[in-house]
Amino acid sequence: MTAFQPPAEINWWKSPIGKDEIIWIGIALVWCLIMFFMMPYWHVYGKQNLSNEAYQTTPKKFQASVDAFVEKYKIGEEGGIPIVKPPAGSDVYLAGRLWQWYPILELEKDQTYRLHLSSLDWNHGFSLQPVNINLQVLPGYEMVISLTPNQAGEFGIVCNEYCGIGHHSMLGKIIVREK
Amino acid sequence: MGQFRQCPDSGFFFDKSADRLMKANAVAGIVALLIAGVLALGVILTRWQSIHLLPADTFYTVLTAHGINGLIFWIIFFEIAVLYFASSTLLRCRLAAPKWAWAGFGLMLSGAIMNNIAVLSGKSSVMMTSYVPMQAQPHFYLGLILFAVGALIACFVFFGTLVIAKDEKTYEGSVPLVTFGALTAAIIAVFTIASGAIVLIPTFLWSIGYIAHIDAAMYRVIWWAFGHSSQQINVAAHVSIWYLIIGVLFGARPMSEKVSRFAFLLYILFLQLAAAHHILTDPGLSSEWKIFNTSYAMYLAVLASLIHGLTVPGSMEVAQRSKGLTKGLFEWLRKAPWGNPVFSGFFISLVVFGFIGGITGVVMGTEQINLIIHNTIYVPAHFHATVVVGTSLTFMALTYLLIPVLFRRQTFLPRVAQWQPYVFSAGMVTLILFQLGAGTLGVSRRHWDMGFSGATLSFDYAGTAYMMMAVSGVGGVLAVLGGGMFIVVAVGSLIFGKKLEPSAGFLQSFALAPLAPEVYDIEQPEILKRAEKLPVEEHGSSGFHAPGTFVLAMILLVCFVVYYFINWDYLSSVWPMS
Amino acid sequence: MAEQSRNGDRPEKLSFWQRLMDNHFLLLFLGVVIPTVFYILWGIMEIANLPIAE
Repeated sequence: MTAFQPPAEINWWKSPIGKDEIIWIGIALVWCLIMFFMMPYWHVYGKQNLSNEAYQTTPKKFQASVDAFVEKYKIGEEGGIPIVKPPAGSDVYLAGRLWQWYPILELEKDQTYRLHLSSLDWNHGFSLQPVNINLQVLPGYEMVISLTPNQAGEFGIVCNEYCGIGHHSMLGKIIVREK
Repeated sequence: MGQFRQCPDSGFFFDKSADRLMKANAVAGIVALLIAGVLALGVILTRWQSIHLLPADTFYTVLTAHGINGLIFWIIFFEIAVLYFASSTLLRCRLAAPKWAWAGFGLMLSGAIMNNIAVLSGKSSVMMTSYVPMQAQPHFYLGLILFAVGALIACFVFFGTLVIAKDEKTYEGSVPLVTFGALTAAIIAVFTIASGAIVLIPTFLWSIGYIAHIDAAMYRVIWWAFGHSSQQINVAAHVSIWYLIIGVLFGARPMSEKVSRFAFLLYILFLQLAAAHHILTDPGLSSEWKIFNTSYAMYLAVLASLIHGLTVPGSMEVAQRSKGLTKGLFEWLRKAPWGNPVFSGFFISLVVFGFIGGITGVVMGTEQINLIIHNTIYVPAHFHATVVVGTSLTFMALTYLLIPVLFRRQTFLPRVAQWQPYVFSAGMVTLILFQLGAGTLGVSRRHWDMGFSGATLSFDYAGTAYMMMAVSGVGGVLAVLGGGMFIVVAVGSLIFGKKLEPSAGFLQSFALAPLAPEVYDIEQPEILKRAEKLPVEEHGSSGFHAPGTFVLAMILLVCFVVYYFINWDYLSSVWPMS
Repeated sequence: MAEQSRNGDRPEKLSFWQRLMDNHFLLLFLGVVIPTVFYILWGIMEIANLPIAE
C-alpha cells in the first residue's frame, strides 16, 4: 500500500536515488540527446529532407499554374490524363483533386526537379510507391520540394489521405526515363 | 447516514456520489468499447483483401465510428472514472460538486450519442480527424463539442476535489504518486479539450453556414493538439494505473518518489508538443518548429517514459525480492501471478507499450523518417500498440480489479477472464507487427481497396503486402474475440456475478440506482497517512535494487537503437529530396 | 511549516521542485501554456506568415 499513499519522507525531493535509476537516467538522457541531434544532422548531411519552401495559394491560382505547365510540355495522354515531360531541372506542377493526380509526369533519372504540390479541393496524401515517400497535400498551400529520381521505371502515386468515396481509385503516375 | 463506504477487501473508501459516478462513466466507456470492437471486425475484414467484406461507403462509415468510439469515447469515459477514483477514493475525500459531475456526464453521454447518430447514419464519414474542407453534418461536430465540454467539467470536478482534500486535510504531505499521475492526465486533458473546443466550435459554425472558410493547415495544427494530446492523457493515465496495480498486487512502492514524480512533471511540461508528429510532412511549418515540437523539446518526455519503463517493473521487482523471490535475475517475474488477469493485463500492456508502441512512435515521429511512414498503415499499427494494448488493456486489467472493489460483484467466468489478456494481446500483437510490415511496404491507411479497383491508372503493391494484410486480419479477428471475452466478463459480472454487497443489484451495478443508504456508514475516514519509512537496506553485491529490470531496460534500449538506425538506413535509400 | 511541526520533525524548507509539484494549479498553468505557446501559437504564426504564391 504505497504508490497510493503520500510519500514517506516529508522532504521527499531530498531522499537519495538508487544506483539503477541514476545509471538508467544517464543512459536514457544520452540516447535522447543523440536522437535529437540526428534531425539537424540529417538536415546538413542527409539527402532526404523536406524544404521549408511553401506558399499560400488558392485552388484557382494553382489550377492555372498546372494548366499552363501542362499546355507547355504535354507529350501524350493516358486514360484521359495528359503526360507531361518538362525539361530537366525545371519547375513541375502536380495537383491532387477528386480523384486523380494531375498530370502524369515524365522525368529524367538523376535530374533534380522543383516539384510544386497542392490540392484543388480536399486534403490528399502524396504517396510515391514503391519508393515510399509520403507527403501531406493541402488545399490553399503550395509546397515546393526538390526531388531527384534516382531510379528509372514507372512509379505510382497513391492517395493516402482519405478524400471521400473515390479515394481508393485516386492513382497517379511518375515515369522516370534513363537519359 | 454517512458519506463513505469502505470496501472490506481492499480497504478503499468510496464517497457516495463518486461511487455511482465512477460506475456510470466506466459502464458508458465499456459500451463505447463494445461498439468500437464490433466495428473493428468490419474494418479488419475489409482490409483483408481476399475477404474485402464491406462496400466502400459502409467501410468508411464503420472506420469513422470505430476510431471515434475507440479513441475518444471509450477512453475518456473510463479516464473520468479513473480521475474520480484517484481524487476522491485515494485521497479519502468527498467528490467536489457532484451535481456538476452528473451534468458533465450527461453532456458527454448526449454528445457521444449525437456524434454516433451522425456517423452511423452514413452522412458524416469524415474519419475521426474530420479534416476540413471535407464536411460532416453539424451534429457530428456538435456531439464532439458537447462531449468535450462535459469532459472539461469532469476535469474541474477532479481539481475541485484536490482543493477540498487539501483544505480539509484528508491526507498528509504530498498527494500519492497515483494521484499525481492522474493530475498529469487531467492537466493534459484540459489542454486537449480546450484545443478541441477551439477547433471544433468554428468548424461547427462553418458546417451550419455562419463561417465561410476554415483554413486547412491551421485546422490540422489545432485539431492535432486535441487528437494527439488526447492519447497523451492515456499515457499519463495508464502509467498511473500501472503504479496502482503493482501497489495493490505486490504492495510495491515507487523505487523513488522523486524520480517517478519528476518523470510525470516532464509529461506535464512537454508531452503535448508531440502533436507535431502528424504535421511533419505538412507544408508551411518550418523545420525548427517540427524538430522542437516533434522531439517534445529534446525528447524530454521520451526520457520520462523510459524512466517509468524502469521504475514501474523495478518497483515491482523490489517488492517481490523483499518477499524472498531473490533467485537469479528473474525469479520475481517468473513467480508473478500470471493467472491473474489484473497482473497479466498490466504486464503485457507494459511490455507491448514500451517495446512496440514506444519505439515505433519515436521512430516515426523523427522529422525525416516520417517521410517513409506518414499516413501508411504503419501509423495505425503504432497506435494500436500504444492505445489498444497499452491503454485499453491496462483499463481492462483495472476493470478486473474494480469488479469486486467498486461494483461489489465476483468475477463472472473467471477462467475466461484469466485467458482474456493473452488472447487479446496475441491477436493485437499479430495485427500490429504485420501492419507495421505492410506500412513499410507503403500500404496506405484509411483505404478501402489496395487493389485500386476503378482507377484509370494502375499500381500493384508487392505480393508480400497482401499477405501481411491477410495475417493482420487473422490477428484482428483474434483480438476482437479477446475484446469480446472482456465484454462478456465485465458485463456478465455486473449482471450475473455473485453479489458481495447485498444491495449491489442490477440497477446499482449500472449506476441506475444508488446503493442502499445504510451502506455508507462512515462520515469521514481517518486521515490518509504517509507511507511507513523503510529501514535502510543492504543491497546485493552489485548494489542494484532491481537488477532484473535493469537488464530488461537495457534490452529495450538496444532494440530501440538498432531499430532507429535501421529506419535511417531505409530513409537514405529513397529518392533524394530537399 | 505547520505541516512539519505537526509531525514533530525538524522544520525544514521544502525544496523548490517539491513545492512546484505540490502546487497543482501552477502545474495546470504550465501544462497548458507551454504547448499553447510552442506548438499552437508558434505553428499558427508560421502558417499565417507564409508568402503568397505568384
